[in-house]
Amino acid sequence: MEFLLAILIGLLYASGLYMMLRRSLVKLIIGLILLGNGANLLIFLLGRITKGKPPIIPEESYNFLDAYADPVPQALILTAIVISFGLQSFAIVLIKRAYKVVKTDDLDQMNSTDEFS
Amino acid sequence: MKTIILRTASDYLLPLLLLFSIFILLRGHYLPGGGFVGGLIASIAFVLHAFANGLENTKTLLRLHPGYLMPLGLLVAALAGLSPIFIENLPFMTGIWFQEPLPVIGMIGSALFFDIGVYLVVIGVSLTIIFTITESA
Amino acid sequence: MIQHIVLYPIIVQLLLAILLLFSWNSVKIQKYISAGGSIISLLVAIGLMITVWNEGTLTIQAGGWKAPFGITFVADAFAATMVLLTAISGIAVSFFTVGTILKARLKFGFLPVLHFLFLGLNGAFLTGDIFNLYVWFEIIIISSFVLITLGGEKKQIEGAVKYFTLNIFASIIFLTAIAVLYGLTGSLNMADLALKIAALENRGLVEVTAILFLIGFGIKAAIFPLYFWLPASYHTPPPAVSAVFGGLLTKVGVYALIRVFTLIFVGDAFLENIILVLAGFTMVAGALGALAQNNIAKVFSYLIICHIGYMILGLGLYTEAAIAGAIFYIIHDIVVKTNLFMVSGLIYRIKGTYSMRDLGGIYAKYPLLSLLMIVPLFSLVGIPPFSGFWPKLSLITESFKIDNYWLIAALLFGTFITLFVVARIWAEVFWKKGKKIPEIQNFRYFHLLKIEKKIEIIGPIVFLAIISLYIGFGAENIQQLAMRVGEELMNNENYIQAVLGK
Repeated sequence: MEFLLAILIGLLYASGLYMMLRRSLVKLIIGLILLGNGANLLIFLLGRITKGKPPIIPEESYNFLDAYADPVPQALILTAIVISFGLQSFAIVLIKRAYKVVKTDDLDQMNSTDEFS
Repeated sequence: MKTIILRTASDYLLPLLLLFSIFILLRGHYLPGGGFVGGLIASIAFVLHAFANGLENTKTLLRLHPGYLMPLGLLVAALAGLSPIFIENLPFMTGIWFQEPLPVIGMIGSALFFDIGVYLVVIGVSLTIIFTITESA
Repeated sequence: MIQHIVLYPIIVQLLLAILLLFSWNSVKIQKYISAGGSIISLLVAIGLMITVWNEGTLTIQAGGWKAPFGITFVADAFAATMVLLTAISGIAVSFFTVGTILKARLKFGFLPVLHFLFLGLNGAFLTGDIFNLYVWFEIIIISSFVLITLGGEKKQIEGAVKYFTLNIFASIIFLTAIAVLYGLTGSLNMADLALKIAALENRGLVEVTAILFLIGFGIKAAIFPLYFWLPASYHTPPPAVSAVFGGLLTKVGVYALIRVFTLIFVGDAFLENIILVLAGFTMVAGALGALAQNNIAKVFSYLIICHIGYMILGLGLYTEAAIAGAIFYIIHDIVVKTNLFMVSGLIYRIKGTYSMRDLGGIYAKYPLLSLLMIVPLFSLVGIPPFSGFWPKLSLITESFKIDNYWLIAALLFGTFITLFVVARIWAEVFWKKGKKIPEIQNFRYFHLLKIEKKIEIIGPIVFLAIISLYIGFGAENIQQLAMRVGEELMNNENYIQAVLGK
């Protein structure tokens, strides 16, 4: 499981970076989303995976009887997902607006702010 | 999408989903659920209604622009967070609870009000996003 | 409990933003709320500063959970200083916004978002939890995205695409670093992390994590070679927005760098060398960029980069006096850079252009205003006794102590170029005889404005000019504050003890 996740995370980071380096605006956003998902999975993986042991103390005892899954990484991922939900919806509206205003989705054409004036 | 099946179904689904979202909201403290999921379910109810009956009808149904739910929810959540400072001089966001549980709802405390705030903000945000994108498309 | 005051700057801005959202339909009410709220938040920030100065580092555990498990908020002298500076430049920007931003922009929620930005800044300065810092960073960047795109002009959107991409990329790297850090230590509380990282055996992995943090914060702080988004985007939004961005946003990156590298990743010669090299290159690259530009807003953007180098230099030297110098520089820089972008806005109002080729003749027309505008320019260069002089002095003496002449050369080069650029701006914009440039239709030129509007534009500039004069002439007070911050940062046991209570 850990091994598979590690490979998956590597793939997500690599494909995210590759997509970010393309010239299309849409692919840029897809790249950012993939990278964000890779980072979320990385938190999940590095928080140590424990299968089927929720961090809940049984009713008749006062402490944990067994190794239990760490709830913190899940809380972190949930927060990160909510944040990226907001960012992505903003990004989609932004690229739509950019396409309307600049009339291209080629990033190489968007260089008027770098020109000397 | 003006199919009669979806429209009839959405008439029944809207109150059902809203009720379900409140159920999810209330059970959230100790069981899976909570304000965020509940808010998403509630906003899905309205989105479904908008699919079936058109955006204009949903807007008249809502009366208020959903954007106003954002500051309202934020205010509820912020006041829930602030309440321990004023009531018991405890740090910000400490959970304070009523002694006796209420019938149906269960234990009531500042965490519940915080969740209600989250619920309102999530409905406001997601409906605003979806309505805005739909309108400008 | 006196510790409650730690959270007041955050709470005040949150309630303000909520109030502003409620009054969405009336721009007029929003203006009054924003102005009044900024004054209240300044008072709260002063209160926090005084309390921290007298009582030492204050902490509060949000939710009442004990230290390494819950989220801690910490106000040490550094955080309190940054909150005070945010409030000072916030008050100026809030008034300047009301005077200069078009009504169409204000109608779409400019002021609420501005206060959400201040909320994020205050939160980032006061938090003692690394993931919470990430969340505050996200609040800052989301609000800044809205501010930079609001209005939707072509150049704004183009700048926003670059700004957006690089900032999200930086956040993802920051998140990756947090993931690795959590995997290494199982903790997120910064004080607890400091103890656990120091005890780790695998130094190689620690160094990799530190580099990830350096890159993530480095993009936000715009250090060499990660700064290219800044000059492409900072000059595009209206000057009031540029003023907040130029004054405060890059400094959050610097704050995070200083916090992380004085608290968690300490005593690593390899990292210190990297930071020193980057600082040197940042100073030179920013200076050269400023030299090449003709647009005054772009010149100021490059000068931001150049002067970020000074702060990073203070961190890299890693002595008490050097860090104190960096802190002094941050204090000076936030006030002066905010003011500079407002000055560029005023120049734009007077002439309708940013280009140095077309500008000119402002001194002949407005001699008193020109003298006002020269105050931040002179402070920027650090002509004694203006405010930029003192921190540079302590940075140079500290660089001499480690006999690193390249750094001194880079620092002096940066300063000379700044002087040259300021002289050039003075000559081209104020001194040179004004050209006749075609008037823009429907542009609200400065001389056409009503007197109240003029006061709304000039007032904030005067306010910040007085503050920067005070920083220059009352340097011993600021130096005392900076020395105390430097001492606290170099001895991180105080911070750890205040948080964990051991």
